[in-house]
Amino acid sequence: MGRYILKRILTLIPVLLGVTLLVFLILSLAPGDPAKTILGEMATPEAIEQLREEMGLNDPILVQYGRYMGNLIRGDFGISYKTKVGVVEEIGARFPTTMKVAFSAIIIAIVLAIPLGIVAAVKQNTLVDGLSMFIALLGVSIPIFWFSMLLIQLFSVKLGWFPVQGTGTWKHYVLPGLALGFQSMASIARITRSSMLEVIRQDYITTARAKGLPQGRVIRHHALPNALIPTITVTGLQIGSLLAGAVMTETVFGLPGIGRYMVQSIEGRDTPAIMGCIIVFTVVFTLVNLIVDLLYGLVDPRIRAQYKK
Amino acid sequence: MEQKDVLLDIKDLVVEFRTDDGVTHALNHLDLQINKGETLGLVGETGAGKTTTGLSILKLVPSPPGVTVQGSIMFDGEDIREQSEKVMMTLRGSEISMIFQDPMTSLNPVHVIEDQIAEVYEYHQKVSHEKAVEKAHEILELVGIPADRGKEYPHQFSGGMKQRVVIAIALAGNPRLLIADEPTTALDVTIQAQVLEMMKDLRNKFGTSMLMITHDLGIVADICDKVSIIYAGHVVEHGNLEDIFDHTRHPYTEGLFNSLPNLNDRKAMLKPIRGLMPDPTQLPPGCPFAPRCDYAMDCCSKSKPKRVYRNDEHYVECHLYNEQNIKEGGVINRD
Repeated sequence: MGRYILKRILTLIPVLLGVTLLVFLILSLAPGDPAKTILGEMATPEAIEQLREEMGLNDPILVQYGRYMGNLIRGDFGISYKTKVGVVEEIGARFPTTMKVAFSAIIIAIVLAIPLGIVAAVKQNTLVDGLSMFIALLGVSIPIFWFSMLLIQLFSVKLGWFPVQGTGTWKHYVLPGLALGFQSMASIARITRSSMLEVIRQDYITTARAKGLPQGRVIRHHALPNALIPTITVTGLQIGSLLAGAVMTETVFGLPGIGRYMVQSIEGRDTPAIMGCIIVFTVVFTLVNLIVDLLYGLVDPRIRAQYKK
Repeated sequence: MEQKDVLLDIKDLVVEFRTDDGVTHALNHLDLQINKGETLGLVGETGAGKTTTGLSILKLVPSPPGVTVQGSIMFDGEDIREQSEKVMMTLRGSEISMIFQDPMTSLNPVHVIEDQIAEVYEYHQKVSHEKAVEKAHEILELVGIPADRGKEYPHQFSGGMKQRVVIAIALAGNPRLLIADEPTTALDVTIQAQVLEMMKDLRNKFGTSMLMITHDLGIVADICDKVSIIYAGHVVEHGNLEDIFDHTRHPYTEGLFNSLPNLNDRKAMLKPIRGLMPDPTQLPPGCPFAPRCDYAMDCCSKSKPKRVYRNDEHYVECHLYNEQNIKEGGVINRD
């Protein structure tokens, strides 16, 4: 097991190499000039050229990449072009906020989605099923930014239950979490329903019923654990869209998170900052995938047996 | 035949599966009777309605799409069809158990087998989990699996071992009626013999009545007291082992025997029944076997045959017979 985890963590290295190289290349192709951004529109071409030389922007792109990676290995993420503060400090200050939003979103999503999916499957083709799937359909269809504004309008402005913006207490994270989690909830509920539907037709469910077990026990103890694998997969993948969605919610709710920071960095062609954000997202996403794979083993003994080999 | 020792009495049972593609007539006026301590073989081809019969007795026919249209299933004097789900829960696993066809898929892959057996004790005998596991170990030993393997998962067992576990689950409640749905079909021949031998022993030990669903006449000869031949959801011939094997009357039963290889004459060609079972969504108006029957007459495709008795037990539903010639025989080639 330990060896398996170690192996998986080591695979992070090629993934990071690939991701950073790709992003670096894309950034170099994008229009705009960091030197110009730093010095402002009024700077003379000579000054810009001089700065470009100093920053090494005139070197071939692969040389620049090599230099960046060389620094990275030594733990140096570089300094933001815009704020002149170290990227590590910038991200460090914002990371917890994003994580809190993403965490509350995924919790809200799971807590709502799994019961919704189970009920929809067990009561297939009834009103309950239709209603659950309608909610799920709303979830995938409604844009996050619009839903966020609706939530603010209702819960912050009209009812005054939660603050409109900012950070501080847990209350600040409820609405962003809900806004962000709603979409993931929809996907998770749909996959839970379909995998439950498949599982309750299996022979071993008939066996369980033939033992004289009550419906609740059959569903919770016999069907659900078997139906969870696809649910876990989708939940893991949803973390990716949560990180992407964080940009939206952080903007609407005025949260100082990585999502907003990355968008600002892209606008300002702030390469070290963009790279830093990408690396953090990549690491988080890869670790989440590792956790997902470990969870498979937890719910399914057949997969667990493979890890031991 | 109206003695008190009838355990299961199915009369005129009609079960349909209603889907968007049409109505599948799974059981068509099925009659079935099992006496206490007796084993009845229910023999027929794939799709004849054998498994639906078993599930009907447990009231586990998936619904929708399954609908029980008419008929009664009297178990020990009470109609299963009238019972609430709550009462059925107390019957299932304790009074009536079922061994399912495919051991590979009948066990829950995520739970260790001792827990899957122990559940039966926990729910029916209201004992603690520890006590239930202890009892599960006893029954595992009984079906020939060492108790210390109880902590293993289904994927760690072979097919034959899994079927033993399935049988252990079915026997755990010490049921009065055991429905065995082709319990050996998925197993290879040597294991088949072992499992059958074990089932015979256990049946004799506990005095369980059994409904042995099979298409294998060898198993019937080995283990059953009486036989009902089912075709398109209807019993076409029923009798004692001797009636069916030595005084075969129905052309379909004859066809089943002709499909078996003859050990004494190995050069003889097998004579399989030609054609296929009729589409259960479009059953013919007359005898459902008529289109495949070598003896079919004009009336066969028009009206359903009446039941004709050869003796108190043995009856056949076929236009070939009347009160007279059913006793004499000689109507079909076999006798």
